[in-house]
Amino acid sequence: MTKTLVKLNDETSHHAHTSDDEVKLTKFVSRILEIAKNGGASAAEVTAGDDIGLEVKMRDGDLDTVEFSRDRGFDITVYRGNRRGNASTTDTREESINEAVGAALAIAEHTEEDSYSGLADRDRLAVHIPDLDLYRCDPMDLEQLKQAAHTAESTALDFDAKIYRSDGARASVSSSCVAYGNSLGFLHAYRASSSSLYTDVIAKSDNGMQRAAWFTMARQRGELDSPEKVGTKAAQHAIRKLDPRPIPTGEYPVLFDQTVAMGLIFHLLNALSGRPQYLKSTYLLNSLEKQVATPDLSLKEYPLLPGAMGSRAYDSEGVATSEKYIVKNGIAHNYLLSSYSGRKLGMPTTGNASGVCNLTVEAETSSISDILKQMDRGLVVTSLMGQGVNVLTGDYSRGASGYWVENGEYTHAVDELTIAGNLDDMYKNMVAFGDDVEIRRNIRTGSVLISSMTVAAN
Amino acid sequence: MTEPVSNTAKQQLLTAGDISDHQLETMMSGMMSREIDRGELFFQSKRNESWALEQGIVKNAGFSVSRGIGARAISGEKSGFAYADDIQLEVLEQTSSAARSIARIGQSQSAQVRAPRQLPEFYHGKDPIVSVSQEEKVALLSRIDKFTRALDPRVKEVSVSINANHESTYIFSSDGTDHGDVRPLVRFGVSVVVEQNGRRENGSSGGGGRHDLSWLYENETAEQFARDAVRQALVNLESVDAPAGPMPVVLGPGWPGVLLHEAVGHGLEGDFNRKGTSTFSNRIGERVASPLCTIVDDATILNRRGSLTIDDEGTPGQRTVLIEDGILRGYMQDKLNAKLMGVSSTGNGRRESYAHQPMPRMTNTFMLAGTSAPEEIVQSVDRGVYAKTFGGGQVDITSGQFVFSATEAYLIENGKITVPVKGATLIGNGPDVMTKVSMVGNDLELDLGVGVCGKEGQGVPVGVGQPTLKIDQITVGGTRA
Repeated sequence: MTKTLVKLNDETSHHAHTSDDEVKLTKFVSRILEIAKNGGASAAEVTAGDDIGLEVKMRDGDLDTVEFSRDRGFDITVYRGNRRGNASTTDTREESINEAVGAALAIAEHTEEDSYSGLADRDRLAVHIPDLDLYRCDPMDLEQLKQAAHTAESTALDFDAKIYRSDGARASVSSSCVAYGNSLGFLHAYRASSSSLYTDVIAKSDNGMQRAAWFTMARQRGELDSPEKVGTKAAQHAIRKLDPRPIPTGEYPVLFDQTVAMGLIFHLLNALSGRPQYLKSTYLLNSLEKQVATPDLSLKEYPLLPGAMGSRAYDSEGVATSEKYIVKNGIAHNYLLSSYSGRKLGMPTTGNASGVCNLTVEAETSSISDILKQMDRGLVVTSLMGQGVNVLTGDYSRGASGYWVENGEYTHAVDELTIAGNLDDMYKNMVAFGDDVEIRRNIRTGSVLISSMTVAAN
Repeated sequence: MTEPVSNTAKQQLLTAGDISDHQLETMMSGMMSREIDRGELFFQSKRNESWALEQGIVKNAGFSVSRGIGARAISGEKSGFAYADDIQLEVLEQTSSAARSIARIGQSQSAQVRAPRQLPEFYHGKDPIVSVSQEEKVALLSRIDKFTRALDPRVKEVSVSINANHESTYIFSSDGTDHGDVRPLVRFGVSVVVEQNGRRENGSSGGGGRHDLSWLYENETAEQFARDAVRQALVNLESVDAPAGPMPVVLGPGWPGVLLHEAVGHGLEGDFNRKGTSTFSNRIGERVASPLCTIVDDATILNRRGSLTIDDEGTPGQRTVLIEDGILRGYMQDKLNAKLMGVSSTGNGRRESYAHQPMPRMTNTFMLAGTSAPEEIVQSVDRGVYAKTFGGGQVDITSGQFVFSATEAYLIENGKITVPVKGATLIGNGPDVMTKVSMVGNDLELDLGVGVCGKEGQGVPVGVGQPTLKIDQITVGGTRA
C-alpha cells in the first residue's frame, strides 16, 4: 500500500488513486486471507479501504479550515466452523495485521456455534462484475475548492439583507479504493470518487435567527449543483424559516418535503430488512406479499446505474446486486436480506447486505403547486428533529418545522411542532407524490403528501 | 509511587514509532512560522472489544484498533489539519507540513518551554478489555440472557452486549503542552422484546463508565439492567396514545437530563458563541433560566463516562458553572475559541479521534439539586405527563429549538401518576423552556453511563444528570389531539 500523503502543491492536476492501487489493495486482501487461513480459519472474508480527501471550509470570505485526510484500514471476519470472529484496524503495519487477524481468530474460539453463519453461498457471488463508472475524480485542487466554497457563501450572503451571517461553506473532493475478498475465491477492487459542496447560513429578523443549509454531492464537480444554486437555496430556505407563527394543535395533511421524504422511505425499508424480521422487532413482521403502503407506491432498486451515487455491483459479501422491486403497488415484494438474515428466514440473500442501491420511488407524480392545492390547508415539513421512530410498534413522533399552507398557498413559517402517527397508517395514507425528485441521492424521491397526521403546537 | 499515566501514554505512543523528544521539538519548530499561532500534534491509540448475544447465542464479537496522528496548525481563526494512520517520523513530518499549508511559510517562531505537571486523575488507566476474560464475558452474556428470559414469560427476544475500550492519547503543542492520558471506557446493555396478546413492545437499559468490567459483577449490576429493560417493556405493553399539545411535564431524575444537554448545553459551546450563531450568544450575565436552575459541566467526577483527566488538547478537566441561579455564567471552551474570545480553555476541547479536529464539547452536564420532594412535584400537576426514560435528543442552536424523545412516560392526573403513554417527542425552545422550570427536586442523579453526543459528525462519550424537575409548559408530541 502506498504511504504518500496527498501532494500539497496541486498546480499539477492528478488523480488520487490509479488502477495500480486496485491491484495493490487486492494483493493486500489476499495476503490477509492467507494469514487467516494459516492461523486456522476455516473460512474468512476481508474488506480493505484506502480513502484520500481534501476539504476546504471558507467562512466570511476567508479560509477557515483546510483538511487533508487519509484513511486506510481493513476489516476481517473469520470462521472456525460455525463460530465467527471479527476484527478491524486502521493500522496497516505488518505486526498490526497479524494482531488483528489473531484477535479475530481468538474471538472465534469463544463465540458460540451458529448454524446460520458463514460466507455467502458460492453460487450467489458476483461473477461478471461490470464497470459502473464510479470513479470520475476531480483534481485535489485547493484553489478550485476555495473558489467554489467562496462563491456558494458569497451568493448566500448577498442574496438578501435578511441573511445575517454565514456559518461557512465547505467544498470537498475524495477518492477511495475498496477491495473485498473471501476464501471462496472472490477477489475484487474498485475505485470511487465524490465531490461535494455545502453551505450553511443564518437569517435574522426581529423575531430571532433561523439557520438553513444546502448540500450537493456527486461523483464529480461537473455534476454538482452550481455554487450559485447552493448559496441561493440555502439563503431562500433560511429566509423562509423566519418569523414563524403559531398554529393550533390538530389533525392536518402533512407534506414531507423531498429532503425529509427520504427518511420516511428509509423507515419502510428498515421495517422490511432481514435483521428486524428475524428478531421480530418490526411492525411489518411476516409481511411479504401483503399490503404495506398505498397501491400508488412502488419502490424499486437500480444498483447498476453508471456513475450514480448509490451504485454497486456486489454487496459487502460479494453477492451480485440486481434490479428489483422491494414494494410493488403497495405490496411488499422483497425483504432486504444478507446471507445470514436470509438463512434465518429460510430465504436466499437478496444481495442487500450493505443496504439498498439507488432505491427509487415509482409513483405517479404531480407538481408541488398542484399538491399544495390538493392539500388546501396543512403543513409542509422541511426539517425533522430527533429519533422518535419505533420500528417495532410503528409509532412515530418527531419534532418538525416548515411552512403553513392555507387555500393551497404558502402563508408563513411554523416551528416548534411535533408530528405524530403510526408508520403503517402513514404509508397507506400517502396520497400524492411530487415531481421534485433528487436523483443524486441513494433514495430517490420527491415530496410526499400524507393525508392526515397529528400536529402538536405550542 | 507509580508512574504518572501521562508518561505511560507518551512512551507507549512514541516508542512504537521510534520518535524522540528531540525530534518532536525539531518538527514543531519547523511547523511554526510568523503566521502560525499554535502547532499541535495529537497521538492516539484506541483498542475496542465488543461481544453481543442475540437469540440465545453469543454470535457477534469484534476487536478493533485505531492508531494515528493528527497535526494542526492554527493561525487566527484558521486551522490547517492533516492526519495519518501511521505513527512514524516520516509520516509525522508530512502530516505537520500539510497542516501548516494554512499559512504561507515565514520566519520560524520559537516554541514554549515544556514543564510536565502532575495532574489529578479522574480514572485509572488500566485496560478494561482484559479485566474480565473472554470466557467470562461469554458466560456473563449467556447468564444474563437466561436470567432475563426467566423474569417474565412474555419476554420473547433478548439482546445483551458488552463493550470495552482502551485509549491512549498524547498531545504535544507549541504552547508548552506535553501531556498524555490513558482512558478506559466500558458499556453494557440489555434490550428485550415482549409480547402479549399479539402486541409487541421493547425496552432497554444499560450503563457504563471509565472503569473496568468488574462492576457488572457487583451488587447484581448486570441483573439490574435486565430487570429494568423488562420492566420498561412491560409498562409499554399497557401504554395508551400519548396526548398532543402544550402541557406541564415532570421529568424524572438522571438520564432525562438530556433536556439540559440539548436545551442549553450545545448552545453554550464556545464555537457557536464566538461566531454569534447561538441563541445564547452575547448573553453572559443575563437571565436565561428560572432562578431554580444551576447547571454545570463537570469533567472531574470519578470514573464517569464523560470525565476527562485532560481533554484532547491537553487542558486539565474542570468543573465549569454554565448557569447559576438562572444567570448565564460561562461557555465551554477549547483553546482556539477561548483565545479568540479572550478567555481560557475550560478543558472542553474534545475530538472523536486523531482523524478529527477538536471542538468545544460537553463532558458531564447536569443540574444541581433543588429543595422540592419528587412526590410534591408530581402532586402539583393537575393534568400533564411524567417522563421517566428517554431515547436521545437534538437541538438547532441557532433557533434554540430542541427535541427529546420519551420512551417511558405516564399521564399525571390530579396530582397522581396514572396510565403509561406511548413514546412521544417533546419539543421546546431552549431559553424559553428553561424559564418555565418551576420546581426542582432534591434527588439529583447522574445517568448510568450510556450517552454519545454527536456534533458535526463526531461522536464523543458524555454524561448527563438532573433531579426531578417540573416544566410548566412544553409541547408533547402524542397522537391524541
